[in-house]
Amino acid sequence: MSAAEYLRITGLHAFYGESHILHGVDLDVRRGECVSLLGRNGAGRTTTLRAILGLIGRRTGSVMFNGRELIGLPPHRIARLGVGYCPEERGIYASLSCEENLLLPPRVAGGGLTLEAIYDLFPNLHERRRSQGTRLSGGEQQMLAVARILRTGARLLLLDEVSEGLAPVIVTKLAEVIRTLRASDYTVVLVEQNFRFAAPLADRMVVIERGRVAAVIAQHELDSKRDFLQEVLGV
Amino acid sequence: MSGLFGVPWPALMGQLMLGLVNGSFYAILSLGLAVIFGMLNIINFAHGALYMMGAFLAWMGLRYWGIGYGWALLLVPVLVGIVGIVIERAFLQWLYRLDHLYGLLLTFGLALIIEGLFRHQYGVSGLPYEIPAPLTGAFNLGFMFLPRYRAWVIAVSLSVCLGTWIVIEKTRLGAYLRAATENPRLTAAFGINVPLLVTLAYGFGVGLAGLAGVLAAPVFQVNPLMGSNLIIVVFAVVVIGGMGSILGSIVTGIGLGVIEGLSKVFYPEASATVVFVVMALVLMLRPAGLFGREQ
Ligand SMILES: Nc1ncnc2c1ncn2[C@@H]1O[C@H](COP(=O)(O)OP(=O)(O)OP(=O)(O)O)[C@@H](O)[C@H]1O
Ligand SMILES: [Mg+2]
Repeated sequence: MSAAEYLRITGLHAFYGESHILHGVDLDVRRGECVSLLGRNGAGRTTTLRAILGLIGRRTGSVMFNGRELIGLPPHRIARLGVGYCPEERGIYASLSCEENLLLPPRVAGGGLTLEAIYDLFPNLHERRRSQGTRLSGGEQQMLAVARILRTGARLLLLDEVSEGLAPVIVTKLAEVIRTLRASDYTVVLVEQNFRFAAPLADRMVVIERGRVAAVIAQHELDSKRDFLQEVLGV
Repeated sequence: MSGLFGVPWPALMGQLMLGLVNGSFYAILSLGLAVIFGMLNIINFAHGALYMMGAFLAWMGLRYWGIGYGWALLLVPVLVGIVGIVIERAFLQWLYRLDHLYGLLLTFGLALIIEGLFRHQYGVSGLPYEIPAPLTGAFNLGFMFLPRYRAWVIAVSLSVCLGTWIVIEKTRLGAYLRAATENPRLTAAFGINVPLLVTLAYGFGVGLAGLAGVLAAPVFQVNPLMGSNLIIVVFAVVVIGGMGSILGSIVTGIGLGVIEGLSKVFYPEASATVVFVVMALVLMLRPAGLFGREQ
C-alpha cells in the first residue's frame, strides 16, 4: 500500500432517510497531509465526515482507510482503526466532567498524547478538569473536543468547523496545534467555513458543492485561484 | 406511654421498618428500570415478570435441585440477566429507533407471556419459601424487635444500590454508560461498542429484578402475580423520581416505601393510594420528576 492511498473515497453516496445528500464524492488524502473541505452551507461537508465514520443511515461507494474498506463496518470498529472525530456541534457530554470527557475515547493505538501533555497544551482544561463538561465556555469546549481525540493515538483526524465562533486568540492556538500535528505525521481532514483559517494550514483545498467534489486546489495554486474560490464559496 | 400523635413507638418503628423493606424493593426495581430506560429508551414492562421469575427460580432451585438461598442469591440474578440478554438480542434491539410505545407494548406482551407460563404451571396460590436459618429470629434493639431477615433485605438492597451508583458515577465503565446514554452515536464514533453496552445494561437491569425476586421470596409468597402487584407502584416511583435518573430512583424508592409505611400508622385508609397521590402532586409541580432533567 502506498502513502497515496491512506484515505481513498470513491463514489460515496449518503442518505438521511429519503434525502440523498452525497452524490458520489471522490477524494484521496495522503498520509501526513492536511486537506480542507470547503463549501457553502449545506454542501455536504459534515455529511462526508459522518459518512466516513458510518454515522449516516445509509451510504454506498467505497471508503478505504489504511487498506481497509470502511463501508459496512459499525462506527466503533471504524474508530478503533485509528480515526478521531471532532464533531461540528462539539459533542461535549453534560453527564461527564471535563476530565471524564477527555478520558472517554479509548486508546486505539500507541503514540497518543499523555494527559500531562494535553494539559500542557491546554492549561484551561486542567483548571476546569472537575467542572461539568457543558459548563465550560464555548472556547474551552472546542479545545476539549479537539484535545479528547489527541489522547487516543488516532492518526487520521476529522475536524469539523473547529474554529467556528471562537475568539481570535483561541483560533490562533488551534491553528498552532494543527500545524504541530501535521509536523508529527498526523493526517487531518479539516472541514472549514473560515477560509482564512484553513488556507495556510491545508496542503489542498477540496471544494464540495451539492454533495460532489467541485474542485481541488493545491496550496501553490491558491493565489491564482482566489477569484474562483471567492465565487464558489461566497466569501 | 410515649409515642407520636398517640401512636406508640414500637408500632411506629415496626411500620417504618416495613416501609424500608418495601422501599428497598422499590429502589432496586426502579434502579433497574432507570438503567434500562437510560440506555435502551425502553420502558421495561417485563420488569415485574422477571422479578417474579427471580423468586420462582429461587423456589424451584430449592425444591427441585436443593440449591439453597445463598447460592440462589448469586445464581438467580445471573440467570435472569441471561434471559434478559436473550430478550434484548431477540426482540428489543429492533425497536430502539421507534417510539417508546413499541418497547412498552412488546415488554408488556412478554410480561403477560412469562406470567402466563408460570400460572399455567403453578396456579395462582402462593408457594412458601422459608427464611434461611441464619437469618431467622430478630435483633432486640431495646425499643423494638427488628426481624433479622428484614434488616438483611434492607442492607443488601442499599449496598447493591450504592454499589451500582458508584460504578455509574465514578468509574470508567460508568463514564461509558453515561456517555452512551447521553449521545450513543458520538460515543460509538469514539470506538466504544455501544450495542454491547446496551445489551449488558439490559441484562444488568433485569438481573437486579431477579435479585429483588430472590430477596422477596421469603418475605412475600412466591406467586405468578407478585410482579404485577408490585410493578404498578414501582412505575409510580419511577415517574416521581424522574425517568432514567439513577439517584432519583434509589432515593425515591426508599422514601416512598417509608411514606407508605408511615401512612399505615397514621391514616391506614390512605396507605394504598398515598404513592399515587404523591405522584399526582409531583407531576403537577415538576413534570420531569424530582430528580429528572427538564427538557
Ligand atoms: N440529520 C439530517 N437529516 C436530513 N437532512 C440532513 C441532516 N443533516 C444534514 N442534512 C442535510 O444535508 C445537507 C448537507 O448537510 P451538511 O451538514 O453535510 O452540510 P455542511 O456542508 O456541513 O454545511 P454546514 O455545516 O455549513 O451546514 C443539507 O442540505 C442538510 O440540510
Ligand atoms: Mg457542517
